[in-house]
Amino acid sequence: MSNFETVRVDTDLLILGGGMAACGAAVEAAHWAKKNGLKVTLVDKAAMDRSGAVAMGLSAINQYVGLKDGKNTVKDYVNYVNNDLMGVARDDLVANIARHVDSSVHLFEKWGLPIWKDDEGGYVHEGRWQLMINGESYKVIVAEAAKNQLGADNVIERVFIVGPIMDGDECKGAYGFSVRENKFYVFNAKSTLVAMGGAVGVFKPRSSGEGAGRAWYPPFNSGASAYFTLAAGAEMTCQEVRFIPVRFKDAYGPVGAWFLLFKSRATNAFGGEYMVERRPELDNWKPYGHVKPIPANLRNYLGMLDVMEGKGPIYMRTDEAIQKIADKAPDEKAFKIKMKELESEAWEDFLDMTISQAILWAATNTQPEERSSEIAAAEPYFIGSHSGASGAWLSGPEDLAPKEYFWGYECMSTVKGMFCAGDASGASSHKFSSGSHAEGRIAGKAAIRYLVNEKPAMPSVDDATIEVLKEKVFAPINNFEENKDKTTQVDVNPEYILPKMYMMRLQKLMDEYAAGVGAQFTTSKALMDRGMELLGMLKEDSAKLGARDLHELMRAWENYHRTYQAESHIRTMLFREETRWPGYYFRADFPKLNQDDWHCFVNCKMDPVTEEWEMIKRDVIPMFGPESDHELVGG
Amino acid sequence: MPSFVIPDKCDGCKALDKTACQYVCPNDLMVLDKETMKAYNQEPDQCWECYSCVKICPTQAVDVRGYADFVPMGASVVPLRSTDSIMWTVKFRNGKIKRFKFPIRTTDEGTAVPTGGWDTDPSLEGPVLFTEPDSLGTDVWMK
Repeated sequence: MSNFETVRVDTDLLILGGGMAACGAAVEAAHWAKKNGLKVTLVDKAAMDRSGAVAMGLSAINQYVGLKDGKNTVKDYVNYVNNDLMGVARDDLVANIARHVDSSVHLFEKWGLPIWKDDEGGYVHEGRWQLMINGESYKVIVAEAAKNQLGADNVIERVFIVGPIMDGDECKGAYGFSVRENKFYVFNAKSTLVAMGGAVGVFKPRSSGEGAGRAWYPPFNSGASAYFTLAAGAEMTCQEVRFIPVRFKDAYGPVGAWFLLFKSRATNAFGGEYMVERRPELDNWKPYGHVKPIPANLRNYLGMLDVMEGKGPIYMRTDEAIQKIADKAPDEKAFKIKMKELESEAWEDFLDMTISQAILWAATNTQPEERSSEIAAAEPYFIGSHSGASGAWLSGPEDLAPKEYFWGYECMSTVKGMFCAGDASGASSHKFSSGSHAEGRIAGKAAIRYLVNEKPAMPSVDDATIEVLKEKVFAPINNFEENKDKTTQVDVNPEYILPKMYMMRLQKLMDEYAAGVGAQFTTSKALMDRGMELLGMLKEDSAKLGARDLHELMRAWENYHRTYQAESHIRTMLFREETRWPGYYFRADFPKLNQDDWHCFVNCKMDPVTEEWEMIKRDVIPMFGPESDHELVGG
Repeated sequence: MPSFVIPDKCDGCKALDKTACQYVCPNDLMVLDKETMKAYNQEPDQCWECYSCVKICPTQAVDVRGYADFVPMGASVVPLRSTDSIMWTVKFRNGKIKRFKFPIRTTDEGTAVPTGGWDTDPSLEGPVLFTEPDSLGTDVWMK
């Protein structure tokens, strides 16, 4: 290991990640840091221009409240999110994002993001909260502003963060390694801001050949946030609330524009509309089954019932939808112009954010105005920013949070000085790209306020600790080197397991025991108990991971991270003895919603030293309505 | 394999300070083979087909072949990205060709001003972010 140089970086605020939330944190924190003589450093495992979930681009901004025009209120957004998550959401966190998100969107436009405009100069809405954009360079533009604010010297790219440096319950920073050079990194930081995305690849994907990479959410979001916060001893929330998007089948092209902008129907193979024919099923999920819009998981569930009865494939009726809009044209010339415009809009929707779907259309000779395309439920993902909710349990803002949800600084986890945003923050769903940026800003400002007010000392990490961490990080490389000559086939060796097979082992057990695609998203206590047993052995075998080079070393640690996301998921599903989110997962042994016992958050916490887990029930305290007379800390 | 490199076109970015596709890939897939001085995708089944490598390649040496486990062969989708727009050429399996052009940004590259030109004078205490209330167009909502 002598050939791995140790690089030490001291900083006041360490931003971990480079996606939308991290860029928001950077642009905000660096402003306040300059005023207060503080240093902000950002570490990204990739290149900021194209890192995170928006790397490819997006065709829409999914959260814009429109407060300045009085179109919607913060309360409207809070109600929408709370209902969509079947009554389990932190209204204070959702409201905090909703009151700032427009500010981020207006900044994106100033920075150069083209947002569609109508004839009066107003934004073109895809739906109530969604704006249409020409978003190929969305991430490039947002990263540029963040980098301009931070200064190039404060951005470190291609460094993979393995975990937090802990001293008892205190987080002193982070450690990791360069995926380009033989360098081990130690970051000493007075405060950390975790924004390393959600988790993909915990479950077996539908495509297990080349197409394994075509996850709906990016395959490079591999559970780093969940591991980092768990390993720091932070309390986590909603670890059972996975997200399963229904998207165009196989390539996972977006459906939002089709449902909302083009008003398309989805029907089964016999022309039946599950959203109409299965409406009575919604009575079983009252009160959420009766809210508008119908929660995402229930919409999923109605479609899944059709599929399980053999009524598939399910089709998005693109041809019918486009014809319907074009038919409104007054004459043939106008009709042709409209058809051309709609065709371009339909293709841009994919080309901006899911180019694979455009390839699939071209490869199957599909023109959306001529024939329908299949849609299907994808595999489960962990994503606190969309319709999932998994992440760390954070303090709310002083002026909106009840005392139970407030401990000094908004977006701070239960670990002092550790802030979270985006997919790393739990129970504040539906923030998407724009809200993640806004939440990053909120967290960034709060972190600087923490540093200014609390004046924490610069932590010091002794050489012995560094050597222990270094040994641990490079163990897979050493393990491989020491044993590779014991067989004639590098992939098969009794002394080590390569990251790819480790990942497939994790994915197979999660699929079969923890309600993956192969189990029709259904599980039970007996299945999960067996799954935990197998997961325990996998965790033990993580000590035998082998890696040939730095790239594979990154894969080894990514899959180590995924393991902890998996464990927190199973433990939380096991603890919650009801089915609250059918369409995301179904507990065969507790098939019903149980408002009396389980209208609450299920949180969990792992002891960083002993790795013992604690499960905790927390109250859902609504912000609005008759139950909202709670005590506000900030008055 | 998802993204692939056309050997005749790839010059290994010899004239640049870094290999463009290797620099940009969000999943650390593109690698320069130092012997042949050609790039390649080292792990095609982890490719998201995000096209970041295709768009950035200065010699248009990177292309994408749809995932072999579910995409019929024969189609291609090729972008040409300039500073303010992107042109896509979509070739169908049956030979049909469609072209689309979309804007990508309204400002010059590198010129994004973090403040957006808005006033930045709120207090470090309280919920108002650095460009607010100016960038919101209204006061920050309070309960």
